[in-house]
Amino acid sequence: MFDTQLVMYEEDHKRVLHVIGRLVRDANAKGVFVVDKNGQLIAEAGEVRGIDTTSLASLTAGSIAATGGLAKIIGEEDFPVHFHQGARDNLHITLVAKRMILVVVFDDRSSLGLVRLRVKKAGTELAKVFEEIQKKAEADQATGNSSASPFSEITDDDIDNLFAD
Amino acid sequence: MSFINYSSREINCKIVYYGPGLCGKTTNLQFIYTKTNPDLKGKMISLATETERTLFFDFLPLALGQIRGFKTRFHLYTVPGQVFYDASRKLILKGVDGVVFVADSQIERMEANLESMDNLRINLREQVYELDKIPFVVQYNKRDLPNAAPLEELRRQLNPMGAPEFEASAQSGEGVFETLKAVAKSVLSDLKKLSR
Repeated sequence: MFDTQLVMYEEDHKRVLHVIGRLVRDANAKGVFVVDKNGQLIAEAGEVRGIDTTSLASLTAGSIAATGGLAKIIGEEDFPVHFHQGARDNLHITLVAKRMILVVVFDDRSSLGLVRLRVKKAGTELAKVFEEIQKKAEADQATGNSSASPFSEITDDDIDNLFAD
Repeated sequence: MSFINYSSREINCKIVYYGPGLCGKTTNLQFIYTKTNPDLKGKMISLATETERTLFFDFLPLALGQIRGFKTRFHLYTVPGQVFYDASRKLILKGVDGVVFVADSQIERMEANLESMDNLRINLREQVYELDKIPFVVQYNKRDLPNAAPLEELRRQLNPMGAPEFEASAQSGEGVFETLKAVAKSVLSDLKKLSR
């Protein structure tokens, strides 16, 4: 579990986009989203126009948190895979690297079996990327490398200006 | 836990409105929602019962502007205030960057305020957070009601640590933005401190 602040650099973001872009194609999905467990949208790929991605991220995290709570009540650690079937579109949701959630939106151009298969591979790749991001964050923290945050540069005036109205 | 994205040059922070049932947490968010420029806000989501009591959470994404080329976004959440929804409150507190405690000023709600404050402390501690060490603001809501307890009494009972505090009437909007600004500022100052 990440205890440090999540900082994502451009090259990490590109790696995530690369994996989920391929997942969209391989799984014939409409869209793929990576959301963190706190409800922040990390990355998106595919046909995402018209989808309120901020709400999607927050509700996904809420749903995962609630079902995770349910799992613990019955003695499970978690429910790592969720599938929601709709009349047209379906959602396939998996936990990745304990902190991330991979959401795939697909319709009848694909199938649950195909999505499951492709998600397995993509999930492993994403887990690796996030592990590396985590290691980097821990190393930055240990060495006190403040370049990880744009906040090391900001002044009280910058903060005040944000609220000047 | 804030999220800094260098690729989209965004900083996202999570603020949670906490407090006893019917203290006005959702009303705070609704007021912010109605008074915010549509370009700066996302959709407000309320997971509520048929009687409009919060069942899981309310959610409102807000954009505040830019700091050093980074868009700052705040995700505002409320918790369900009713005592028996404790499991949900714990979930919503995960990854929080700042907390607003909305107290109900009515004298007969003093006990409920205290119980909720204790509950907040316990739930934060479970995540290894200490209330005195995170960005925290107290709002005394419903100051306009005739049965409101004296401010000194509320302060003595609920804010002995001297966190920034505001009188409010969320129905009319008084004090709502002042509270939000104070907690947002405190969160950003905290991030600045952490990055040093």
